[in-house]
Amino acid sequence: MSTSNYDPRILKAPHPVPGAPDNWKRFFSFNTDAKVIGIQYIVSALFFLLVGGLLAMVIRGELITPPADLVDPTVYNGLNTMHGTVMLFLFLFPILNGFNNLLIPTMIGAPDMAFPKLNAAAFWLVPVFATILMASFFVPGGPASSGWWSYPPMSLQNPLGRFINGEMLWITAVALSGISSIFGAINFVTTIIRMRAPGMGFFRMPIYVWTAWAAQTIQLLALPVLTGGAIMLLFDLSFGTTFYRPEGGGDPVLYQHFFWFYSHPAVYVLVLPIFGIFSEIFPVYSRKPLFGYKVVALASFAITALSLIVWVHHMFYSGTPQWMRNLFMVTTMLIAVPTGIKVFAWIGTLWRGKLRLSTPMLFCLGGLFNFIFAGITGIMLATVPIDVHVGNTYFVVAHFHYVIFNTICFGVFAGIYHWFPKFTGRMYYEGLGKIHFVLTFIGATLNFLPLHWAGLLGMPRRVASYDPEFAIWNVIASIGAFILGVASIPFILNMISSWARGPKAPPNPWKAIGLEWLLPSPPPAENFEDDIPTVINGPYGYGLNKPLVEDEEYYIKRAQEA
Amino acid sequence: MTSTHTNKRNPNSRAILIVAIATAIDLLMSILMAHWSYSWFPVQASAAAPYVDQLFSIETGIGTFIFLGCTGVMGWVILFNRAPKYDEEDGDPIEGNIKLEIIWTIIPLLVVFAIAAYSIKVNETLSTLGPKQKYRLSDNPSAITSVDRTSIIGPIQVIARQWNWEFVYPDGVRSSELHLPVNQRVNLKLISEDVLHSFFVPAFRLKQDIIPGSVISYSLTPTREGRYRLRDAMFSGAYFSQNQTDVIVESEKSYSDWLTFSGEQPLQPGLNPSQPLYARRLEKGDKGWATVSPAPAPLVNDPGDPSASHEA
Ligand code: HEM
Ligand SMILES: [Cu+2]
Repeated sequence: MSTSNYDPRILKAPHPVPGAPDNWKRFFSFNTDAKVIGIQYIVSALFFLLVGGLLAMVIRGELITPPADLVDPTVYNGLNTMHGTVMLFLFLFPILNGFNNLLIPTMIGAPDMAFPKLNAAAFWLVPVFATILMASFFVPGGPASSGWWSYPPMSLQNPLGRFINGEMLWITAVALSGISSIFGAINFVTTIIRMRAPGMGFFRMPIYVWTAWAAQTIQLLALPVLTGGAIMLLFDLSFGTTFYRPEGGGDPVLYQHFFWFYSHPAVYVLVLPIFGIFSEIFPVYSRKPLFGYKVVALASFAITALSLIVWVHHMFYSGTPQWMRNLFMVTTMLIAVPTGIKVFAWIGTLWRGKLRLSTPMLFCLGGLFNFIFAGITGIMLATVPIDVHVGNTYFVVAHFHYVIFNTICFGVFAGIYHWFPKFTGRMYYEGLGKIHFVLTFIGATLNFLPLHWAGLLGMPRRVASYDPEFAIWNVIASIGAFILGVASIPFILNMISSWARGPKAPPNPWKAIGLEWLLPSPPPAENFEDDIPTVINGPYGYGLNKPLVEDEEYYIKRAQEA
Repeated sequence: MTSTHTNKRNPNSRAILIVAIATAIDLLMSILMAHWSYSWFPVQASAAAPYVDQLFSIETGIGTFIFLGCTGVMGWVILFNRAPKYDEEDGDPIEGNIKLEIIWTIIPLLVVFAIAAYSIKVNETLSTLGPKQKYRLSDNPSAITSVDRTSIIGPIQVIARQWNWEFVYPDGVRSSELHLPVNQRVNLKLISEDVLHSFFVPAFRLKQDIIPGSVISYSLTPTREGRYRLRDAMFSGAYFSQNQTDVIVESEKSYSDWLTFSGEQPLQPGLNPSQPLYARRLEKGDKGWATVSPAPAPLVNDPGDPSASHEA
């Protein structure tokens, strides 16, 4: 493809333009353009999704039969720990920061992030701690293997007694990931508060921006607690302190509080932007305004506030006194209310719409379907007497995979397909996308639905072997997992071939409303440059015949000519 | 807006009928699921079990109602609200509905408060968890006395290790399996000498973490005779999944016979399920990733019967 059909503004852009010279090299440099950084995050995160997925295949391979016969149990524990760690810290957090980088500036009409250098530094920490984490596979004794919670005193046992060990590298990597996330959060929050287009009051912001803001606020408030807790863990492990060591008078349960004070809200850091993606995509493909926009926006911050006061529901059976269990049961259940508001609002949005079931819409519908289910099992887990039975069993594994995979990853895929044309300038192949969806939905359901029953029957999580009565559920789950492995093939094919030679994308292929759709595809380096539109209406005016910005026709024409 | 017109032509009574039928079906399915959910659990063998299963059943019912209600609407719009191929029009520009939004805030609020209130009552009825007392690992945990006045039996020390279990009875009998008389409230003292473990008996629907450096007093009432699995549920390292033994709930008579009989037996090595696996690992050249070595088998009067089959 020749470069002549591109606007010179686009060719100047440091982010990729199909066919432009030195296209791919930009990704391997310390680039401060949010759109390059966004794609850097997303592509590296998808790579680690494959790594984490490979680990999952080994785990499910081991669990397809009751005895521990595929790998040594120590290896199983290491792979299991690394699976969780890779998926959270190398796939999910980075990919969502990728979305933030692509979407926040373009959706609010900002030229870039508030602090572009900090932004690039935040990204480049990812390969640093990724390397540390991957290196831990090769140190004597193997990687960390005390589970992604890394509860002391087991995480402090260090059987070989070496200074450099898997656990130590793990803590270092997690701490660096925390620093990277804080850099990111400072940037996103500042950008949202300070750099909105003229006329874009808070109640004209797209919900994605609201949710990103609510999520990044959590990072700023809670992440320092985990980082502090992790540093104390490192000191106990490597420098002889006894914060958590009972033999020195320390308290192992203290760590659990630090860990969950952040790690519970962290799940909302992950899911809030997905609520944002749902709120963007349902209106576009139903051709209707988002139902109850203001309430949906505010519910995001209600979730932020509540998410900070529920963490003890992960410790109902840790010796937590009765009054505290009761208190945290109530706060946990309250979080279902703002969450429910959002769910009902999406359904209200679909109602009497003009639905178009293209790939992003399918992934959102599937994700919503699964999320309703996950919310219900969440309430069950919040019920203390039930949690005392199913806590730490496969029921919990099933619950959070229904959220993390069947909802969050579905939302991630929906987002990738929906904004693919915008940021690559190419259309993806709808047929492959639909195959991807169908395989993913079947695989995910087979994988994670049966695990609820294994848990109810009393199968503990994190086991390398189990009693034969649990076999049936595990066989089905493993088959589902392998189908998920297969589902990645059409996805990878689609992404690579569409980006390389897909049809050229127009500025607004979905007839969507939003500032990002008034930009050329892909957008120029500084988005609207010095010609930023003035927002005069709310973000979801489908069917309302109200223009989003002043002189809308002018911006549409400008984008098409580019 | 052609669709609005066709919809308006239909009398409202048809819509009401459809909603009524759908709600009835939803209700019926929810009741069926609530009943069915009892079969997803192991047998009920403690006083806690009926409460847990009942709470779960109630929530399964409510959950099914909500799930089918929501996904039913989704299914409806997917079937009947799809845009025809070349239809580029927008849908009804409904932006919200304050009344609906208030309803779907208040109702969930009431439902979760009701569930929480009932659960708090159940917690208080069962009151399994007693005081947690810290001690120094160098001290002898059995010196810590915490008598649960409501319990008839015990306190029995439950000692969890990487990776075996040991039970010490008040009269000094030591066992690798936990024997309990049926229908008597028993007090346990949960002790760990190394890392976190968890006392989990699925048939009892009870689980309590065991924390090194603390002695936790825990009480329960078995209600059904049988042999049930006791599983370590808090990840405890390499051979975590092997860290299981059995609980034997028996009549008062066979319980006291067992105590007397066991008291006469000499001490011998008890169950240590990870030992053979670890020995095999060493034989093969200690390959794999690092682990602490398993604790030696405890010396007990009753080494238990690992080949006996458990009911749940
Ligand atoms: C209605 C909303 C929800 C409620 C009431 C709820 C409740 C709970 C409870 C009580 C637990 C602890 C279970 C245990 O460890 O014994 C739990 C675990 C978990 N939940 Fe949820 N949850 C909800 C939604 C979510 C969402 C939206 C996410 C993710 C974004 C999520 C992710 C997780 C994860 C990752 C765990 C397990 C962490 C681990 O143990 O490794 N949950 N949930
Ligand atoms: Cu949580």
